[in-house]
Amino acid sequence: MTSADYLPILILILIAAPFAGIAILLPSVLGPKNPNRMKQEAIESGMIPFADARRRFPVQYYMVAVLFIIFDIEVIFLFPWAVSLNQLKIFGLIEMGVFLGILLIGYLYVWKKGAFEWE
Amino acid sequence: MAQQALFLIMAVFTLGMALGTVTSRNIFHSALFLVGSFAGVAVIYFLLEAEFVGVAQIIIYIGAIATLIIFAIMLSRSVTGQNGSPMNRQWAFAALGAALLFAALAWLFSRVDFGSTAQPVPEDAIALIGAGLVTEYVIPFEVASILLLVALVGAILIARERHS
Repeated sequence: MTSADYLPILILILIAAPFAGIAILLPSVLGPKNPNRMKQEAIESGMIPFADARRRFPVQYYMVAVLFIIFDIEVIFLFPWAVSLNQLKIFGLIEMGVFLGILLIGYLYVWKKGAFEWE
Repeated sequence: MAQQALFLIMAVFTLGMALGTVTSRNIFHSALFLVGSFAGVAVIYFLLEAEFVGVAQIIIYIGAIATLIIFAIMLSRSVTGQNGSPMNRQWAFAALGAALLFAALAWLFSRVDFGSTAQPVPEDAIALIGAGLVTEYVIPFEVASILLLVALVGAILIARERHS
């Protein structure tokens, strides 16, 4: 692909960004304002907040992010391999099997440790 | 011509975001600036017709690393009320170190011959990358999976053992 092929994306950005900006700006200029306490909650019709949102978060969120990043990188490796699988024949399949097998050990370890369960 | 203009815009955008990252007084804002900088670099990769690297930059850096950094910040300290100045006592030494590194890299780049004519990017670049992964570069490829395994086990060990 040459950069001319990305022109539709550029046009999309040029239309979408001002649209989003207008959608945020116009109501704040034109809309009526009579705030009360309930309306100013972060999620107006949701659960009532019980603490400040900007507090320290439990380590479990970080664990989820670490798991995500590792399987994300795995997918990035799978993609070019899948595109060229037809030429690579059985050898490519075995190599990717070794790659995935090593990661499967990690996956089973994580599963056994119970990191997928939310406490 | 349009490409040149787009590159200049994206270079200024990336540098601006990077500047915001190091000068922002709130570390959470620094992380968000860093995401913008990642996005600018991704666009520059696309301008170089390195589509795979660009997509990897978006999926891994913007999708995963940025999430990890933001979680790490939310994990380690309260985000509000900690708007310390990014300048501490070592800033002069850090600036000196950065300037020296820049000078060394600039000197290196001016000396090394990168080849004056660039090869055109092949149509099936992604298929070539895939073939390379399981033929010529199979050892680094398999070592990468071991690296990921170690990262996975290490993260579980550090975060969970102390937890329970």
